[in-house]
Amino acid sequence: MFITDEAIARLRDVAEQPDLTGTRYDLVRELGRGGMGIVYEVRDRELERSVAMKVVDDEWRAEARVIAALEHPGIVPVHDTGDLPDGRFYYTMKLVRGARLDAWLREGHPLTERLRLFARICEPLAFAHSQNVVHRDLKPENVMVGEFGAVLVMDWGVSNIAGTPGYMPPERERDARSDVYALGALLRFLMNDEGSRPLRAIAARAMSDDPSKRYAHAGEIADDVLRALDGEPVAAYRENVFEAAMRFLSRHRALAAMLLAYLVMRALILLLKEI
Amino acid sequence: MTVAPFPTTRRSIVLALGSTDAAERERAFDTLVACYWKPLYKFARVAWSKSREDAEDLTQSFFTRAFEKESLASYDPAKASFRTFLRLLFERHVTNEWKAGQRLKRGGGDVHLDFDSAEAEIGREAGGVNPEEYFHREWVRSMFALAVERLRTRCEAVPFAVFEAYDLDDDRGVSYRELAVRFGIAETQVTNYLHATRRKFREVVLEMLREVTASEEEFRSESRALLGGSR
Repeated sequence: MFITDEAIARLRDVAEQPDLTGTRYDLVRELGRGGMGIVYEVRDRELERSVAMKVVDDEWRAEARVIAALEHPGIVPVHDTGDLPDGRFYYTMKLVRGARLDAWLREGHPLTERLRLFARICEPLAFAHSQNVVHRDLKPENVMVGEFGAVLVMDWGVSNIAGTPGYMPPERERDARSDVYALGALLRFLMNDEGSRPLRAIAARAMSDDPSKRYAHAGEIADDVLRALDGEPVAAYRENVFEAAMRFLSRHRALAAMLLAYLVMRALILLLKEI
Repeated sequence: MTVAPFPTTRRSIVLALGSTDAAERERAFDTLVACYWKPLYKFARVAWSKSREDAEDLTQSFFTRAFEKESLASYDPAKASFRTFLRLLFERHVTNEWKAGQRLKRGGGDVHLDFDSAEAEIGREAGGVNPEEYFHREWVRSMFALAVERLRTRCEAVPFAVFEAYDLDDDRGVSYRELAVRFGIAETQVTNYLHATRRKFREVVLEMLREVTASEEEFRSESRALLGGSR
């Protein structure tokens, strides 16, 4: 029997499709595939709403429970869990509407807005790190910017996920500092060659090959980025006197303008006296 | 030695290939041949540009030697998937045969393979892939074809015919209603049959994968390679 390429593609699809018999959900469409499983949009017949359903192998059950326990505004809440007749396990989550970070970046937001968004991406990660949970596969495709500006970090890997090139640290053992590495890559992605030296230094420190030289957790890198935004010195970059003066001047523009005006006035007075 | 469609072994044939029980070893070998002969033959024909006669001899001699020398027992699951190991072993066999510069005479112990069907398939395949991808694609095709045959033996005639018409035939115009009329059943029954048969298809595919992999880790990674998604 010859199975055509088209039939192979269809068979792959149907072999993966969840059989939702006995659940309260109807399959709508596939939304995407992540390290752990496939995400579908499903219709909840009882509550008459659409939700996202992640279908994973049974071995991920424990990990799914860890994710469900992470309650944070930046982490998609889990509504329900259950078993499929084929032995797979599913959990349903709020269906997030908005733009993926890569699509959001293409909308052309100014650098300061991008950096503030970056700091908000760090928040759920800092929370997860405080609970000893590591994302393991942070990348633009796993961050959603909601319709009202909410930032949601999705597709928590928790278990042994290989990661994505460019965002994957060199070490094999993964901990909070591995996520910090990915955050450094994400910061670079968001700066898009526009960042100042201190900002570039923050990204470089986060992406050090030696994990001990990176920020210890997501909260530390967020703090440094916020300091750079506020015109304060950052931990990752030692500035020279000129840079410090320039930073002071740009941070205290009104004061600098008054000082300059005062000096000009004094000079004028002196000049008039000479005449 | 003759080849059964895909005997159910219930345990990893990769492990059984190293068994001390000759009967078990032979059963495992038959399954291995059923699963891999076509991708390897096509690999020789398409990726190595061998003539039909040479590709036939290479495929036959590869399996005959592998069985006699028990070279498959040297497989180390820590190094590569069994599929990759087999392809590399076959490539080495092709190179050695080419160096020896002589065609093997077919012996009485050859496996009996339907090379005509493989030739007919080559004519229908799309080109433009590298040798490794080609071997992978043909392995997927071979596994799915065997899974469909196994599924046929486990299903009632009508549910299987519905699955065949809707999921296997390339004529995508067929609707649930048309299938309901064709098979004299209700439209809801068409979707029920489809659901149930697809679920069985998945079960059969995973069952076959269990048989041709050596470890849980290899099973999972090969499931991903075969189904292309989450598994």
